[in-house]
Amino acid sequence: MKQTWLILGASSAMARGFARRVSETGADVFLAGRDMDDLNRAAADCHLRGAPLAEAMRFDARKPAGFGAIYEKLAAQDGALNVAVFVGSMPDQADIDKDPALVDATIMDSFTGPARFLQGFVPLMEERGCGTVVGIASVAGDRGRIGNYVYGAAKAGFATYLSGLRNRLTRVGGHVVTVKPGFVDTAMTWGLPGMFLVASPDDVARDIQKAVSKKKNTIYTPFFWRYIMLIITHIPEMIFKKMSI
Amino acid sequence: MRWKTAEYKGWGRVLSARGDTARPERLATLKALWKETKAPAIGNLRSYGDAALNDGGKAIDMTRLDRLIAFDPDTGILEAEAGITIGEIARIFAPKGWIPTVLPGTGFATLGGCISNDVHGKNHKAGSFGQHVISFDLLGANGRVRKVTPDATPELFRATCGGIGQTGVILSAKIQLASIGSEVMDVRETRVENLTEFMALLDGSTAPYCVGWIDATAKGEHLGRGILEEGSVAYNAPPPKPKSAKSVPMNAPRFFLSSPIVRLFNQLYLRRIPVMGQRRIRAMQDFFFPLDKVLNWNRLYGKPGFHQFQCALPDGTAHEALVRMMDMIASSHLASPLTVLKRMGTGRAGMMSFPMGGYSFALDFPNGKAVAGLVGELEEITLQAGGRIYLAKDTLATPEMIAAMYDELPEFIAAVNAADPEHKFATDMVRRLNLRGTGK
Repeated sequence: MKQTWLILGASSAMARGFARRVSETGADVFLAGRDMDDLNRAAADCHLRGAPLAEAMRFDARKPAGFGAIYEKLAAQDGALNVAVFVGSMPDQADIDKDPALVDATIMDSFTGPARFLQGFVPLMEERGCGTVVGIASVAGDRGRIGNYVYGAAKAGFATYLSGLRNRLTRVGGHVVTVKPGFVDTAMTWGLPGMFLVASPDDVARDIQKAVSKKKNTIYTPFFWRYIMLIITHIPEMIFKKMSI
Repeated sequence: MRWKTAEYKGWGRVLSARGDTARPERLATLKALWKETKAPAIGNLRSYGDAALNDGGKAIDMTRLDRLIAFDPDTGILEAEAGITIGEIARIFAPKGWIPTVLPGTGFATLGGCISNDVHGKNHKAGSFGQHVISFDLLGANGRVRKVTPDATPELFRATCGGIGQTGVILSAKIQLASIGSEVMDVRETRVENLTEFMALLDGSTAPYCVGWIDATAKGEHLGRGILEEGSVAYNAPPPKPKSAKSVPMNAPRFFLSSPIVRLFNQLYLRRIPVMGQRRIRAMQDFFFPLDKVLNWNRLYGKPGFHQFQCALPDGTAHEALVRMMDMIASSHLASPLTVLKRMGTGRAGMMSFPMGGYSFALDFPNGKAVAGLVGELEEITLQAGGRIYLAKDTLATPEMIAAMYDELPEFIAAVNAADPEHKFATDMVRRLNLRGTGK
């Protein structure tokens, strides 16, 4: 069956890697985000790598008024509709502490914006009885830590949303993959202190692609983060609250 | 844009730099940071020495600006961002019947790096990489983007090809790909007994791609023995599965490349080929980028790293110079198994381009005390023979040596100083070899 992938937040390095990979399988791709100049370049790249149709679209997680145009465009595609959500923002926790309004912005970018978009998109998938949603959560969402708990809370909320959505889509033949990346070598982490075991965005994209084809529910990427987070989530709160990791 | 402060090294891992690097993922990010900071571009750090190092300064890592922009299947002209690797271009376009006309020995080199080092390949008749560049977009020190072509802006074009980043940041380039009939190579390997025979075979070969491996430990009547590899595109052959890449997990211990082990390895490697030669069908990338199958192969030289010496020698003096060099190398017991002799065409695209009509000879030495002296002597022989050494590989040359080998250095200095009057793009190599004419 013909596949179409809508990539939200398509300018991110992980999204670029994933879009390229699905393009090479011959899927149509719609690359959505805010930097139209960059998205147009990305679309040309995907087309030359094998996507019969590659198109840039404007998407702003904070502006739901623009969602309708995307639904309409995608509804006109034949075959299976799939969506991968790479949007999110991670301001410095210190900046958020100074400006509490950033709490709203972070949660809107990383959770409520994409959730609201998906809420309107999923009926299209249900109608067709197929398709996959890929949602990028984060290991930061598994436990709140002093260094980025607002971002972590937003990603935890999104992960819970995805789990519910999986419950809903499974009934009609669709699927949801929750992806929890550890440290990935992207613009978001470039030059940050304390990075270790950093994965390349293309490795993450490969893991996501594999998870989609194998219908995995939740993956950690690279895989060992599952065990790191297993330990971190099992530290008793009375000890954890005094730690700064 | 955040800057990352870290140590980074050339591929030979002898020279390193500590400095701030930015790695824009979008053109808009690069243009925004360019308003504040102008710095030299770096790619995948496959230059062996300090061509891509800027100790104590800043650098712009271009590897994330790596998209294909346009391709015309009628003409084979490809436009792509400078950070894409040449191997990725080959991987995507070979199934469609096209490859870059000139492929360097590693697919991990970026498009921008191939231009700024004006690399060459195993097909000397095709000339250098820059000769197949139709145009590139150059972000200059004045903040403007210029389309540079060989005809409309010859000075800037010739100062950028082989000019190791001194004119600005190459953002994207349009290159001519070569049409190929299949993704499979028909490779003939021949055992060669000595240097004289080797040079005659290289001269006489009609294969489009040709490269010689030399046993640099052999002396006397066996001096210059090795294996000649001649490749051409195979038709109607079933494609073999490309070998999967393996990684060298850690630094090898010192004895790994000690003289007795290298001698033994070389003898076994030579005897791999039957006396009457052999023919093999190989996957294209295995033929063009053999070392890419071993990721981080530079770790085989251990923590101290290695030097590579590569010279081009003109036809008339090459034989005599090579005999002297090979003698000296075999007696030094410093050679490694990676020694390569190639025919080299006259084609070159820039003022500081390496190629010259004749032969190219390259080999690695594990880093150690005696190496600098030996390489110094090899450079001296190169100079006397009217040859030159390759900036992309160099760690040990002197400003005087380079000035004597590169006739067009004064023109280069004038052109790059005009393009970058404040020397924003100077790098460690430029300072070490005085390539901007400012003194040390």
